[in-house]
Amino acid sequence: MQRSLHIVPELCTGCLQCEMACSYDNEGVFNPAKSRIKVFNFHDQGRFVPYTCTQCAEAWCMMACPVDAISVDAATGAKVVSDVLCVGCKVCTIACPFGTVNYNSTSGKVIKCDLCEGDPECAKACPTSAIQWVDANWTGLDRMRTWAAKTDAGTQATAH
Amino acid sequence: MRYVIVGAGPSGVIAAETLRKVDRSGDITLIGGEPGPPYSRMAIPYYLSGGIDESGTLIRKDADHYDALDIRYVHGLAESVAPADRRLTLEGGEAIAYDSLLVATGSSAVRPPVPGLDRPGVHTCWTMDDARAIHDLAREGADVVLIGAGFIGCIILEALVERRVNLTVVEVEDRMVPRMMNAAAGAMLKRWCEAKGVRVLTSTRVTAVEDSGNGGGPLRVSVDPGAPMRADLVVVATGVRSNMDFLDGSGVKTATGIVVDDRLATSVDGIYAAGDVAEGPDFSGGWMVHAIQPTSADHGRIAALNMAGRGARYQGSLIMNVLDTAGLVSASFGKWQGTDGGDFAEAADEAGYRYIRLAFDGDHLIGALCVGRTEHVGVLRGLIQSRVALGAWKARLQADPHRIMEAYLANTQA
Ligand SMILES: Cc1cc2nc3c(=O)[nH]c(=O)nc-3n(C[C@H](O)[C@H](O)[C@H](O)COP(=O)(O)OP(=O)(O)OC[C@H]3O[C@@H](n4cnc5c(N)ncnc54)[C@H](O)[C@@H]3O)c2cc1C
Ligand code: SF4
Ligand code: SF4
Repeated sequence: MQRSLHIVPELCTGCLQCEMACSYDNEGVFNPAKSRIKVFNFHDQGRFVPYTCTQCAEAWCMMACPVDAISVDAATGAKVVSDVLCVGCKVCTIACPFGTVNYNSTSGKVIKCDLCEGDPECAKACPTSAIQWVDANWTGLDRMRTWAAKTDAGTQATAH
Repeated sequence: MRYVIVGAGPSGVIAAETLRKVDRSGDITLIGGEPGPPYSRMAIPYYLSGGIDESGTLIRKDADHYDALDIRYVHGLAESVAPADRRLTLEGGEAIAYDSLLVATGSSAVRPPVPGLDRPGVHTCWTMDDARAIHDLAREGADVVLIGAGFIGCIILEALVERRVNLTVVEVEDRMVPRMMNAAAGAMLKRWCEAKGVRVLTSTRVTAVEDSGNGGGPLRVSVDPGAPMRADLVVVATGVRSNMDFLDGSGVKTATGIVVDDRLATSVDGIYAAGDVAEGPDFSGGWMVHAIQPTSADHGRIAALNMAGRGARYQGSLIMNVLDTAGLVSASFGKWQGTDGGDFAEAADEAGYRYIRLAFDGDHLIGALCVGRTEHVGVLRGLIQSRVALGAWKARLQADPHRIMEAYLANTQA
């Protein structure tokens, strides 16, 4: 059974534990700037919205990569960047309409959420359950997916 | 069904793979015009800068990939097409019958009519062969003159800087990347490159390339205005032309590229076109040759669906580019120039090499340009292409155009 990250912004207090856990686990540093999940701060409304790759079915990033450096992890369904194959061209960073693949100038490669091989650190680190690791068929995930469909440059008929 | 795809760049390869997904038993032939397995031109700069070897440029890494999908990959150059007989003829005379033909032949680099650009030591940078030649000549400390600071020129610039050559860039227009950058952003790029030790001559024309004397030695490049320069290598990046000559006499309608409709079909029944060679629907309106990787990928997929009878309509791709110029990253999307009477948002930090400009049409974002920002730039595509109604966020973006991610989330998720 595949699982997905489900984010409940209403529960987020902006503590950034998820960003810390993500950057530490993936990059070896406690540095929110290197996190693959990002908490957006709506100062004017006192609200916080954590956001990361939804592992969307369209996988714009993967489709655009010129050298096949992004592939689907069969176990988790995550779209995963290979550091060996990535040349750092950044085409995926403009192709993802959610802005969730980012260039890491230190490594010269891109980084994105890979679901931590099925055990996401952000969900474990979140003290308020604003990030939940849920069954992928759960209906609450639809909101993100609706917007993925709207960006479809091509067509309603896809070949997945 | 006999599917024939001419051209084995990203567009042709993705088309072949998509055909196999939707038609398990169809007969698929993929014809490449260059030796070796299909590769991505886009990866050439990284081969030049030493990040990857030639195998790193391959579109698919597994040597068995095409065989495993039962895609027949062959070499050859298309010479003519006879639509009445549904037959493609290759140079050398071999005839290939098709039921459905995809033209994905991309484009070729062209040299401007400047005397001496045919000399040894002068190279375009478009194919793997070109790349090998440049790899040999662009040694550390070599004098290199790059003609053209357009999008492709600037990408090559990056690779040449990495090779530690002594580089001069000559651009006839008044700024770098004129089609991707406005004056403010172009000036920032130029200032950055100069700070990195690259000589940038804008509003300058190369007038001749000559032998500097004893044959085989360095070249002498004359410019106007300015003094002549010595060069061990001249790289020409002044533009490309669609590879469609072999369609002469076929009845296929062409303009800048091969004109296709929203199914990627050409004017002739049974013939489709995709990628750099195709002049297709543009998301921002009208028809255009994009000549970028994401559009080629979109085209390949959608053309294949239609070839297999899946009736897929195409809303048009958004033109977008991302560029790394000696460490300064810039990106542009859609109609960053804006429309008549449309609103803008702009923020510049000259010292920090950061710039952003958003172009609106009423309540919608229609284009964007940014320099020095890599975080979440893709969301600019999302905002434009999903036609997000910005509401109160338009004013917020005008106050601080960097809040693009917040604008997107507030209007779509939260
Ligand atoms: C140096 C460089 C850097 C680039 N960087 C970027 C970038 O950063 N971002 C971006 O979006 N794009 C970039 N591009 C552009 C990108 O590579 C192209 O948009 C993409 O390759 C187009 O794919 P295509 O399949 O349409 O055509 P191509 O990749 O050009 O493939 C065309 C194929 O057709 C074959 N062919 C041609 N004529 C014939 C014939 N008569 N018969 C049979 N076969 C034929 C060719 O051999 C080739 O196999 C770059 C290009 C270059 C050269
Ligand atoms: S990075 Fe973007 S395009 Fe790629 S899978 Fe995630 S949401 Fe989709
Ligand atoms: S930056 Fe890396 S993963 Fe992204 S498109 Fe380029 S090569 Fe592929």
